[in-house]
Amino acid sequence: MKELTINKIHKGLLSKKFSAVELAKEYLKRIKKQDKKISSFVTITEDLALKQAKQADKLISGKKELSVLTGVPIAVKDNILIKGEKCTCSSKILQNYKAPYSATVIEKLKGTVILGKTNLDEFAMGGSTENSGFFTTKNPHDLDRVPGGSSGGSAAAVAADLAPVALGSDTGGSIRQPASFCGVVGLKPTYGAVSRYGLIAFASSLDQIGPITKNVEDAQILFNAIAGKDEKDSTSIDFKIQNLKSQIQNLRIGVPKEYFIEGIDKDVKKVVEGAIKKIEKLGAKIEQISLAHTKYAIPTYYLIATSEASANLARFDGIKYGLSKAENRLIDVYLKTKSQGFGKEVKRRIMLGTYALSAGYYDAFYLKAQKVRTLIKQDFDKAFSKVDFIFTPTAPTPAFKIGEKINDPLAMYLSDIFTVSANLVGLPAVSVPVGFSGGLPIGLQIFGKPFQENKTLELCKSF
Amino acid sequence: MIQKQDVLKIARLARIELGEKEVEKFQKDLSSILDYFELLKEVNTDKIAPTFHPSQSHFKENVMRKDEARPDNIADELIKQAPDKKERYIKVKSIFK
Repeated sequence: MKELTINKIHKGLLSKKFSAVELAKEYLKRIKKQDKKISSFVTITEDLALKQAKQADKLISGKKELSVLTGVPIAVKDNILIKGEKCTCSSKILQNYKAPYSATVIEKLKGTVILGKTNLDEFAMGGSTENSGFFTTKNPHDLDRVPGGSSGGSAAAVAADLAPVALGSDTGGSIRQPASFCGVVGLKPTYGAVSRYGLIAFASSLDQIGPITKNVEDAQILFNAIAGKDEKDSTSIDFKIQNLKSQIQNLRIGVPKEYFIEGIDKDVKKVVEGAIKKIEKLGAKIEQISLAHTKYAIPTYYLIATSEASANLARFDGIKYGLSKAENRLIDVYLKTKSQGFGKEVKRRIMLGTYALSAGYYDAFYLKAQKVRTLIKQDFDKAFSKVDFIFTPTAPTPAFKIGEKINDPLAMYLSDIFTVSANLVGLPAVSVPVGFSGGLPIGLQIFGKPFQENKTLELCKSF
Repeated sequence: MIQKQDVLKIARLARIELGEKEVEKFQKDLSSILDYFELLKEVNTDKIAPTFHPSQSHFKENVMRKDEARPDNIADELIKQAPDKKERYIKVKSIFK
């Protein structure tokens, strides 16, 4: 199973080495056995998987409507809707919610075999899955450590070979940081490259869906399959998918000095600098650059993300769907439903966002953050006028211990320092594994120019 | 340090009921986080326009589809999700006395 990539599965299915049903059953068996210790799945969609696998086998034997993804098993983060299946967001407020329709990305992945829905920090708010309303996922490389988050379930499932590929979502690093912690590839696409229709909203100007895979090629195949303009998401953008291979000798790589600061783990620094040396040896030109407003990225991000979240999560009011506490007065329905349905971190963020948007604080906090966001964007625009890619560590440390940061929300927020900027400015960014520290994987983060996901992923193949 | 009444006021605005201990915890948590956010005050943004959206430059105006009815068969599915309903209506508590 370890060697199975999308292309190998495709060849295996076409040459009848195995059927889609056999493959699905094999993965389901593995999940039932191995996931007891990893806890990456919230729901196993066995019936759906077997139904989809049967359909895939029919298509394969009829040689009709085939794509390279036909019959390929996939795990999906549990904040992406699949019609008829539960979608919990790992929250008690949606514990019994069944999706009435499918997300656009799920429609676009027709032909794949969905194995199950993966665990996340409740409403994608967190970097460890410890904020899940159900349970904490374990890092397959060390069961005492977190898999990262919020797409920790998807990253752990791929790393533990419980699924060949997975979908995650990334609002401030939620695909890249768990990919880094679990030693897999994770891509946060350009804002607007992938439709958000059917992704339960956390912060609408920052959220993007993207692939989590064992290798770069699978990430490319999956990204190209889900990308594109969608009339159901008015912020999605029409663009041409370009498969550009660039000569490494002609590339200029920017290394921002603000990303190699005190507080960064020694091994992370060493391994990432090693990766930069490697690309230099291959002929790329390395340039020291400055992203001067980096130290303001965390407060900027958390003000914007929590403000948008406080508006988005107002919809969970116990009236239309989800948990509902029966009370006599309407106000009490709201108060009881939210206080019992939401976990600690979600409440904390709704409170922060409500504060930042409230009268008297709007200008000082929310509007100020949106202005600093402009300065952060200008830093990147300036950098990308000189370089083709920017290399940084994905996270300041390898996977941390379960429980290590959970009681210090600010420390938890600060560990997102390297990932949040890509969301604030909308740029694509990949985390690709480049080494280890005491058995724990370390990821290199590569920022590309807008809509140059394929070019960025091509470059990742050097590692 | 934000005051206890501030925490209660925000919670009321957010429609979240907090227990005694939660109020204390939030007072502490929110204060340390908001203190850290004060860092933005040192940035000069006098002549800087806000970026509300990362692809602002792509969209010069609002994107809207034509206002026309389209057949969609999920209305019943959506109503089915409501905790309290009567026929094809979602029931809510009365808000007028």
